[in-house]
Amino acid sequence: MLLIHNGRVVDPSRSFDGLANVLIEGESIARVGPKLDASGAERFDASGLVVAPGFIDLHCHLREPGNEPAETIETGTRAAARGGFTAVCCMPNTQPVNDNASVTRFILDRAAATAIVRVWPIGAASHGSLGEGLAEFAAMKDAGIVAVTDDGKPIANAKLLRHVMEYARSLDLPVIEHSEDASLFAGGVMREGPTSVRLGLRGIPAVAESICVARDVQVCTLTGARLHIAHMSARESLDLVREAKRRGLPVTCEVTPHHFTLTDEDVVYDSRYKMNPPLASRDDRDALLAGLADGSVDAIATDHAPHTQASKEVEFDRAPFGVTGFETALSLALEALVHSGRAPLSRLVELFTAGPARVLGKKRVIAPGEPADLTLFSTEHRWTFRASESSSKSRNTPFDGRSFHGAPMATIVAGRVAWRREN
Amino acid sequence: MSFTFRHLLGTEALSRGEIAFLLDQSRAFQGIQKQPLKKLATLRGKSAVLAFFETSTRTRISFATAAARLGADTMNLQAESSSTQKGESLVDTVRTLEAMKPDVIVIRHAASGAPHFVAERLGIPVINAGDGLHEHPTQGLLDALTISDRLGLLDALNVTIVGDIRHSRVARSNIHILSKFGCRITLCGPAMWLPPEMASMAPSIRIEPRLEEALRGANVVMVLRVQTERLREPALPADEYIRLYQMTPARLALAQPDAVLMHPGPMIRGLEIDPAVADSPQSSVLEQVTNGVAVRMALLYLLTGGAPSGAVPQAG
Repeated sequence: MLLIHNGRVVDPSRSFDGLANVLIEGESIARVGPKLDASGAERFDASGLVVAPGFIDLHCHLREPGNEPAETIETGTRAAARGGFTAVCCMPNTQPVNDNASVTRFILDRAAATAIVRVWPIGAASHGSLGEGLAEFAAMKDAGIVAVTDDGKPIANAKLLRHVMEYARSLDLPVIEHSEDASLFAGGVMREGPTSVRLGLRGIPAVAESICVARDVQVCTLTGARLHIAHMSARESLDLVREAKRRGLPVTCEVTPHHFTLTDEDVVYDSRYKMNPPLASRDDRDALLAGLADGSVDAIATDHAPHTQASKEVEFDRAPFGVTGFETALSLALEALVHSGRAPLSRLVELFTAGPARVLGKKRVIAPGEPADLTLFSTEHRWTFRASESSSKSRNTPFDGRSFHGAPMATIVAGRVAWRREN
Repeated sequence: MSFTFRHLLGTEALSRGEIAFLLDQSRAFQGIQKQPLKKLATLRGKSAVLAFFETSTRTRISFATAAARLGADTMNLQAESSSTQKGESLVDTVRTLEAMKPDVIVIRHAASGAPHFVAERLGIPVINAGDGLHEHPTQGLLDALTISDRLGLLDALNVTIVGDIRHSRVARSNIHILSKFGCRITLCGPAMWLPPEMASMAPSIRIEPRLEEALRGANVVMVLRVQTERLREPALPADEYIRLYQMTPARLALAQPDAVLMHPGPMIRGLEIDPAVADSPQSSVLEQVTNGVAVRMALLYLLTGGAPSGAVPQAG
């Protein structure tokens, strides 16, 4: 038995925000209340801390199997725990691609052996993510996938997307779209705008994303499948999602911390600022912040994309896209949403918990009988993020050396303290 | 005013005073080129690596000539023969070159920002000899020197740049330099090669897609090279380009009578420029080439420890 006592429990699903104790028995929550009889229980003093449902990251790359020099399920989940995440959804663009049940089982076996948080694999939408035939959805679902996507290799063919969505709907799997038009993307390396023109870096226009979101929403209308837009970066895309929601379509979306904190104006000739979608304009960033605050955006997802130093330490044009993100996500969100006064704390918690859970058709609530997955964090703790101290194998983050106000303090998964801040 | 930079990576960060200083220093080296004996011993014992990761003839030979005239040795790296073809990373390649203890590295690279990337990792001065679509600072400086030779000043001129602006590092360096002297810059070219965001690069930039309008009253007309590979992406028929943008005598006549006609080379006669314009007295194409050597001599001299002063050593 573990008693989390004196914490401020923030549970958006129950609209609860107040001091309470949480008693854990085994892997589940036993009771929640102001005064609990817990004699004999181990105690975790959560005074001054927020006790939230366990954070879920809908979007990350753990690189195993195939690119273990960049990350493994073990190192990735250690970094995730330090970020407060109790469950992470890993994208299928591994080597081999997670497009069949044997790869899914491999990932889950490795997770059982080495992960310190829950790993929820996402399966490929097409075979090999090559955009031709469908992957083995039903077999992968039985093995444990929670969604399908061709993240990183956008589905160009609308007819294929239609079949993916029809089939996914029949299996009640959400379809996660990396919405991007390849012809407009055209070998770009950053967002098209005044900065790309000045730096002479090939630009990717915002419409490369939004034109595809528009198509995806149309195919959603046709098929009725649950559509989730990954790492959304443009105002126009958000407007399309808002309109789809207004029409009652099953459309959701996520935004990454780097997109709601940085802009294309921050880009310099340093590949730690190179990711896809690229950092957007200030106007887009402001639109995303408004969408996070007003409920149009469903989830904050990291798109944690580790790359080795050798692969990133090259010319900007040649560097792979992607930044790491687990350990800085919550602190960036606290800064941009809560300390800035844009949104209440409960909204932030929802974006990390009930929001992403809803996308997956799950729930996230602190109540008796629920899995004992909890994230404890401080809104006040001051700390400096050092990439060299990260648990990730990779260091490709634009936030190295940044000081923060607010931090994850402990991550509890299935009743066990997976990570606890030392200092 | 003096030049305190360790590298020359671009012209955007240079002040007007620093540019004027570099032009003054270059003028001293212009004189040396007119002497029968052009070689100095100023940089004897120094060496420069010319690391050309993108093929170039004129810029590489210009730097090699500049170094030779100063008595410095040059080592060449060319893309075709380079270890990058064998999969070595840029950082490993330039660290290897640095280990041979040169005093300066001149780098040309197809990736924008490659010289910045190199400069952050090496302990020796880096000169950008053209990076991707970003900048070509020595070209910008030699153009400014040529304009000031021809017209006697750089201030408040009407400068019209014609062609593929989007992909032109020459245009970017010229914009940064000339705008600091109060020049009014007009950019002209096919719309897909002329992003509206270019107007935000400096004050007093005008975007004018009609060539005749763009040329009216110009003191300087800069014609950019049309890279034939750009004509294919997406297809713009060469005949359309010629029809709307080729610099002909009739079009050049719309500019000021003494307007300077410039081209960074290599020039394709009959495409972006009518041969009659290329060979006209208004054309400064060959002066640009000559001035390129002077500008590069000045930079090699300043960045490898030559004392920045008005007194340039005499030949002999």
